[in-house]
Amino acid sequence: MAKDVLILAERAGDRLALVSSELCGVGRKLAGETGGALVAVLLGGPGTRDLAKGLIALGADKAIAAESDQLKGYTNTLYTQVIDAAVGQVSPAIFLVANTSIGRDVAPRIAFRRGASYAYDCTDLSIENGRLAAVRPVYGGSAVSHVRSRTGALAVACTRAKAFPLADIQEGRSGELVSLEVKVESGAVRMSFVETKRVEAEGVRLEDAEIVVSGGRGLGGPENFSYLHDLAKVLKAAVGASRAAVDAGWAPTQIQVGQTGKIVGPNLYIAVGISGAMQHMVGAGPSKNIVAINTDPEAPIFQRARYGVVGDYRKVIPAFTKKCKELLQN
Amino acid sequence: MNIVVCIKQVQDPDIPPRDFKVDEEKMTVVPPVNVPPVISTFDENAVEAAIQLKEAKGGKITVLTLGGDKAKDALKKCLAMGCDEAILLQDPAFDGSDAFGVARALAAAIRKIGAFDILMCGRLSSDWSYGATPLALAEALNLPSATQLQKVEVKEGSLRCERALEDGVEVVDVSTPCLLTISNEMNTARLPSVKGILTASRKQIPLWKASDLGVDPGSVGAGAATLEITKLYKPVFTGQCEFITGETLEEAAENLALRLRADKII
Ligand SMILES: Cc1cc2nc3c(=O)[nH]c(=O)nc-3n(C[C@H](O)[C@H](O)[C@H](O)COP(=O)(O)OP(=O)(O)OC[C@H]3O[C@@H](n4cnc5c(N)ncnc54)[C@H](O)[C@@H]3O)c2cc1C
Ligand SMILES: Nc1ncnc2c1ncn2[C@@H]1O[C@H](COP(=O)(O)O)[C@@H](O)[C@H]1O
Repeated sequence: MAKDVLILAERAGDRLALVSSELCGVGRKLAGETGGALVAVLLGGPGTRDLAKGLIALGADKAIAAESDQLKGYTNTLYTQVIDAAVGQVSPAIFLVANTSIGRDVAPRIAFRRGASYAYDCTDLSIENGRLAAVRPVYGGSAVSHVRSRTGALAVACTRAKAFPLADIQEGRSGELVSLEVKVESGAVRMSFVETKRVEAEGVRLEDAEIVVSGGRGLGGPENFSYLHDLAKVLKAAVGASRAAVDAGWAPTQIQVGQTGKIVGPNLYIAVGISGAMQHMVGAGPSKNIVAINTDPEAPIFQRARYGVVGDYRKVIPAFTKKCKELLQN
Repeated sequence: MNIVVCIKQVQDPDIPPRDFKVDEEKMTVVPPVNVPPVISTFDENAVEAAIQLKEAKGGKITVLTLGGDKAKDALKKCLAMGCDEAILLQDPAFDGSDAFGVARALAAAIRKIGAFDILMCGRLSSDWSYGATPLALAEALNLPSATQLQKVEVKEGSLRCERALEDGVEVVDVSTPCLLTISNEMNTARLPSVKGILTASRKQIPLWKASDLGVDPGSVGAGAATLEITKLYKPVFTGQCEFITGETLEEAAENLALRLRADKII
């Protein structure tokens, strides 16, 4: 019987991506229940093998590094081939990926190929009667489903960002580091990586920010995001947006918060002219304190907010910004 | 350029939260009364993307869905927007299929349709959000894939695709035939024209059953699902909002700042 848990770790430039730590944390917990080992696989260009060592400190018993120039840029078919080879080698009971543009792109293929179950965007994972069980919000967060794998064989799951705690770092922990040879079946890839164009956020990174100021359709136009930028400067906050604001072209897609945007978990989230649709709250929900400014006292955002001001943001935000500046100077 | 687009009809995601109902016993979502179902958001973007490619390069668009009785309405709308043909997959054998079962049925239908250059889907469905149907389809049909696209450009024998990522844009070249999934950044879907609606009303929509597709009934439906649902409920949020007020809105704003400071939140 397969018992091991395999996770797909990821690189973020020259570091391990934070999701690798989230996956190691939950992977360790599940391996404790199955009685198997935690194995992590990392793909990428030069430097991957060195980075993979860090996975052992995060709790992996074995780290598999697939290092090759061909893996510098992501292509679905090639990554699927290499990751599937790792799955074949480890023969795990459970294979976990994170909900990233790589994880959610390869996992369904591997699950389908191997007759495995697949649970996408999970917020909790456990073992029930020897099967992988998951909690999965559906209908944009309007409902929560609990699901359980029906296959006795492999269970594949994809985890939602920030839903699982980071693994503890244990320097000096021992584990095995192995390399996976990348053998490409020529003709099978049929696609090639061209380039990545990073869109650098100005100021604080949205995912790491302690305070986020977010604007929605209620702002009424692109120029009004300046109200939020002024406030963000005072609070050293990052600026976010609802999809309505992004679709209207008022804000870049990279700052969208929500189900198909970013998941943020700041200490303070200030929602300005945002109604609080479920799909938006999927991204804003992990915030510790939510403050809403909205002209409509019935807006659903107030059901999720700790503090609210009912009124036009054009009056509220400048006065709030001024007072914050004053308070923070003292 | 022949394109097949897979669309899903879903419950309107914009209904107010209080109208969203769940039958916890049956573990199903209860459709709202008097609110008609819609085409899943990103699928509308996929249909629009297909029409724009056809307008630029010529060709034919076939739209395909696996669904219930009202699913024909969704297909009609796609025809009215500018798609050429529509096919409905419907069979009690499909009931209770998960994303992989749906993908098997869709793959069989696509094989029956014949040669195509691009297979298009939405990046994620807005109801059950399995996040799996398109890539399972690509796997079943042995196609390369580029997902969550904000732009597609036709080149000789391949497509240049821009994926909308969390922190930027990733550019890949994919050879055809291939699977693409479309994100909302790509376009805004058009409304059907009056002429389009008329043309669509004259078109027949064939209904294909499992036996028409040669699908093994054991490979689709509830029996083949890889996950079982053990619970379904609406989440409860118990937080209490405190409304901060003042003589004027400016004063309310100042009071808010003072409160956040007192709470050491700022
Ligand atoms: C599959 C799917 C995925 C989605 N993913 C996301 C996602 O990732 N992120 C996301 O945000 N949405 C997402 N959505 C869309 C979501 O359902 C909502 O449509 C969207 O969040 C609404 O944005 P909004 O709150 O800015 O706009 P609205 O809902 O229009 O709200 C605007 C608010 O502004 C208020 N207002 C108006 N004028 C003022 C003023 N002068 N001062 C103060 N307040 C004012 C109004 O009272 C209103 O409450 C998704 C939808 C689907 C179907
Ligand atoms: N029943 C269906 N019929 C046709 N296409 C579907 C169906 N279900 C899902 N799809 C396609 O797969 C995409 C992603 O769905 P999902 O895997 O549920 O997230 C949708 O946007 C559709 O393009």
